[in-house]
Amino acid sequence: MSALSVTAAAPRASLLRRLASQEALLALAVIGLAIAVGFVNPRFLAYRNLADILLGNAYIAIAAIGMSMVIISGNIDISVGALIGVLATVSGSLAVAGAPILVCWLVPLVLGVVIMAAQGAVVAYLRIPAIVVTLGMMSILKGGLISVTGGKWITDLPQGFHLADLSLFGAPMPVVIMVAATALAALWMRWSPSGRAIYATGGNAEAARLCGVNPQRTVVMVFAIHGLFAGIATLVYATQLRVIQSTTPPGLELTVITASVVGGVSILGGVGTVVGSTLAAILIAEITSALVFIDVSPYWTDAVRGALILATVVADIQRRRRRAERGVRV
Amino acid sequence: MSALAERNARRAPKWLTRHETLLALILIVALIGLGEFNSRFLTVENLLNQGRLMTEIGLIALPMTFIIITGGIDLSVGAIVGLSAVMLGYSWKNFGFPLPLAIVFALAVGGLAGFVNGFVITRVKVPPLIMTIATLALYRGLAEGISQARSVRGYPEWFYVLGQGEVFGVPTQLLILIVLIVIAGVALDRTTFGRSLYAIGSNETAARYSALDVDRTKLVIYTLSGLASGLAAIVLVSRVTTTRMDMGMGYELDAIAAVVLGGTSIFGGAGTIWGTVIGLVMIQLLKNGLALTGVKGDATIVVIGVALILSVLIASSLQRRRE
Repeated sequence: MSALSVTAAAPRASLLRRLASQEALLALAVIGLAIAVGFVNPRFLAYRNLADILLGNAYIAIAAIGMSMVIISGNIDISVGALIGVLATVSGSLAVAGAPILVCWLVPLVLGVVIMAAQGAVVAYLRIPAIVVTLGMMSILKGGLISVTGGKWITDLPQGFHLADLSLFGAPMPVVIMVAATALAALWMRWSPSGRAIYATGGNAEAARLCGVNPQRTVVMVFAIHGLFAGIATLVYATQLRVIQSTTPPGLELTVITASVVGGVSILGGVGTVVGSTLAAILIAEITSALVFIDVSPYWTDAVRGALILATVVADIQRRRRRAERGVRV
Repeated sequence: MSALAERNARRAPKWLTRHETLLALILIVALIGLGEFNSRFLTVENLLNQGRLMTEIGLIALPMTFIIITGGIDLSVGAIVGLSAVMLGYSWKNFGFPLPLAIVFALAVGGLAGFVNGFVITRVKVPPLIMTIATLALYRGLAEGISQARSVRGYPEWFYVLGQGEVFGVPTQLLILIVLIVIAGVALDRTTFGRSLYAIGSNETAARYSALDVDRTKLVIYTLSGLASGLAAIVLVSRVTTTRMDMGMGYELDAIAAVVLGGTSIFGGAGTIWGTVIGLVMIQLLKNGLALTGVKGDATIVVIGVALILSVLIASSLQRRRE
């Protein structure tokens, strides 16, 4: 009897520990890597460099919040990079055309929500796999952007446009927005019924339906929120630039997906937190910067990122399988 | 019962309502339309040249058809093209391989890249979509890192026969594609290997209980996908005379669009090589037709994106009505 209770209790305890540990592990990695690289090249730890890492990559962490929700709900989106490129161009063009600054900031948010919600509706109600819809949308946005703008750069942005240059309580705006967005999203997903519905839908859509969750509406909502975060990410990204190139940042969708997956969001849906994805986004940015400081060619960055996502995915699946096997035995 | 038989009899014969037949009709109309619109279009020279241009995507679309029939997907094909192309140039220039050996090496790298996809998908059970997104990043990153974003050019003259030459007046690579289309079509239609792909795509568990070696079959098709991408890379390098790490970017979109446009179900279990060939030709016509009317290349990928979504939408709504 006592042996039984021990075996039954063990997996639960380790499961709790594991859930807590993905975020803790990432935080440790962020700090450990900084110290290790600091030994090799102390200039890495200069305030300016650490600040640049955070400022330059806050938008990836913000976009990864929405992406995490999409993946937790059991879907995927590969159009987000192209969308951010389009929204940045729209926002910049409005600013140059003399639109009020508030309009320049709000239009990307609204447009992001509309485009993503439309994709979510096609995925949820017409039952087309998200990969097909977002692959198609990616090429529509990418091609549309270049053919409309002709790849022209947007310069002479008005002074007030640069939201990212502002600071709040002494902290730069991109970092403030990143932390606030992560905290709000994390609390909402943890404690609100609609936040829990995302996990329920991704874990088992049929079971979620039987529990009174509307999986279709949840998917549309998740994509809409993802669009909102893509809009916020665009603001942080575009208002940092002095020149907006009307192209899509190449491979951005992969960086965002990597942040989500490395952050512990299970690619099979149903598991993960946005705190993890934000930490992972910071870790990836840190690795990219570290490579430069330890004299590795920046051309290897993408390979490192690819290896990182592959290793995390394999580890995630292995861990799930082990857990499932143990569950069967108990 | 008799009413049903009567209704069936009155309905058009089955082959006429098939997806491929409808597509072929649309294709003929499009051909005539484009010919009327532009006198440069319906010339033997232009059509053969279009055949040359569509070969790289065509090579990739054949194993992609196999993969999508089993309910899988391979998003890493474009990155494998880039990696194989870089390995061709790198091994020739930096290892000092003779070019024939470098070609074999590049093919082997492509095959290995596909094998790794298949291996992890079957052994670790990573979903194909996620696995190939990860290797899309990894393979493209390797191509970038190994080449250090430098291009390689100056290949010997004989190498260009593959990508620019012709045999009996037909572009060399188009002949290769035609041979492979026939082989792939027969393999899918007439062999146990081909039929087992449908079984896996319709119901994988049932296929396993029917003693089909599901894992080995999947390993084979993902490896074939890598090999075909490697071959496409060699044809591409020979056609454009240079090697760059960004080669093959976006090929996954064209290849998947060709397969899906050709009536292969994105959910697995249905599809034909003939459909893929028609889908492939339609996409090339679309590109050529738009180019001839003065639309730039970037706008054509918009149209391909729309075509991809619409064809899946139409196919799935037809399917639902049938049920």
